[in-house]
Amino acid sequence: MLKYLIWPLLAVGLVLLPHGLSFSQQEILVFLTINVLLVSTYRLLTLTGEWSLGHVVIMGVGAYASALYTKEFGVWVPVSMLLGGVTAALLAVLLSFPLFRMKGFYFLIGSFAAGEIIRLLWKRFRDPFGGPKGIKGIDPMPDFSIGIYDFDFFEPVSYYYFAGVVVVVCLWILWRIEKSPVGLTFHAVHWQDKLAEASGVNLRAYRTLAFAIASGFAGVGGALMAHYVGTINPNSFDVEVMVFVLTWAIVGGTGTFYGPILGCVALTVLNEIVLRELGFEQMRPLIYGAILILSILFMPKGLESVVQRLIQPRDKKSDADREALS
Amino acid sequence: MIELLAQTCLNAVYAASYISLVAVGLVLIFGVMGVINFAHGELFMAGAYAVVTLYADLHLPFLVAVAVGLVFVGCLGLLMERALFRPLRDNPLGGLVASIGFLMILQALAVLGYGVRMEHIPPATQEVIVFSDKVRLPLARLYVIIASVVLLAALWYFLKRTRFGWALRASAQDPEAAELQGISINQTARIAMFIGAGLAGIAGALTAPLVSVNPHMGHSVIVTAFIVIIVGGVGSLEGAVVASVVYAVVHTFVTTFYDGVIADIVGLSLMLVVLILKPTGLFGSADRA
Repeated sequence: MLKYLIWPLLAVGLVLLPHGLSFSQQEILVFLTINVLLVSTYRLLTLTGEWSLGHVVIMGVGAYASALYTKEFGVWVPVSMLLGGVTAALLAVLLSFPLFRMKGFYFLIGSFAAGEIIRLLWKRFRDPFGGPKGIKGIDPMPDFSIGIYDFDFFEPVSYYYFAGVVVVVCLWILWRIEKSPVGLTFHAVHWQDKLAEASGVNLRAYRTLAFAIASGFAGVGGALMAHYVGTINPNSFDVEVMVFVLTWAIVGGTGTFYGPILGCVALTVLNEIVLRELGFEQMRPLIYGAILILSILFMPKGLESVVQRLIQPRDKKSDADREALS
Repeated sequence: MIELLAQTCLNAVYAASYISLVAVGLVLIFGVMGVINFAHGELFMAGAYAVVTLYADLHLPFLVAVAVGLVFVGCLGLLMERALFRPLRDNPLGGLVASIGFLMILQALAVLGYGVRMEHIPPATQEVIVFSDKVRLPLARLYVIIASVVLLAALWYFLKRTRFGWALRASAQDPEAAELQGISINQTARIAMFIGAGLAGIAGALTAPLVSVNPHMGHSVIVTAFIVIIVGGVGSLEGAVVASVVYAVVHTFVTTFYDGVIADIVGLSLMLVVLILKPTGLFGSADRA
């Protein structure tokens, strides 16, 4: 019974959520929605066993591309968001040629270097990237109405609904990919690479595919952010942001689909509600660092392992109940 | 033109001297502990802030501040070894992530303690050696060069000629076999972390009056150190020194003739090219991947 109610209840909860919040909290909610997409794409990348340090820059590629398409060519914003994602995916395919000659630690460092080079190119070339100050005055999403609700994108609530729908669709696609034969092959590439290769799986192609899909959806996330904030610069996508994504993924755990989302939501709530309200804003990196260390030391499987432990005994008990009834 | 070249060469030698101290420390830690210490740039920063506190604020002699910086940062290294790397010994990615956490803590502490402003530190000496009109070497820079040559020579002697150094190299090569020979892995890990962190600390302390000291200075240091250890070959001390010189020359010349951002791009591209063509680096052996 509960199983069928949980999704509608969650949907209603998410629709009602912004109305109980203050204006600044609604804005944070928009960023949280986009970050959920970002951290989920990061998990898809880690499925094949590679940990990238360039993922946030790839997201930035989507943001820059989408912003430039609307600015230079006057592309309609929703289309240019999609094109931003496509651009990020194509760049990932290009980057895969040098990067996938590396594995493990070397891939980590290589992706970091590639990301920094892209960021420095944005910084160096004023035309078209705007140099260190970045791109300002990015076209906002045009307002529209669907009859029962008028979208006015100066209101964070409207943008939250819009971004929420986009993110839910993206998450659904990511979920379908993971459960498809392709997704299972990603797992095989990570855990049984020799066996997979022996049974005819092209490791390189599947790693590239995972990288491209993850980058494409991250690019869409970046575009969503660019058209909401209206201004982007190279520092919006620096290593510090990458470390936050890494922290969300590790604190949440990457073993399940919901793990990284859980980490992202939990840490954002902690950060915005606890730290900001209590006035510990400056301590944010310190507390994030401490949480990162504590969770890798004492909770190496992440928050998801705690959730699983909470669910497991209840399942056993309900099994026992069922047996008792029959 | 000749004078510009000579001056740029002097600048490159100075850059190579402190980069090699940082990179050698990073390689030593990787060799013995098997983890990449992302917080290495922040250890450099901690050394610089030791000089800010003791020399600029408390007016102690410069050399005392540098010595305290060395020991203080070395002790930070011991703390990392005991609290982070020892419990995570079987988990190299975990050690790396934990060091990222440590990096954030050190950076936040520097911001809380000193603010984000740049610190102004009077140089230990104002004297300049003048070779000609346009070729001059501040004495403070010469001290950094001399100090790093002496320190690297001392490290070389320690590693190749003493019992402790021999034990250290043994456990870097094969921890299990070393342990069977009665070498304490924890002991060698402590020594390696103290020396590796201390080298980063002393490099930061020595160069503090010559660079802009701020809580985010570690970022460029760690990027440089990564480039150097990849180009030199991860795990090779000689490679790290040679690659420091190569990188310093390339970076200094590109900065002089183009600009700093292009120089950073060239440096990172150099690293990518080495990663693609010869991932073991110029001096790395194939088995230590």
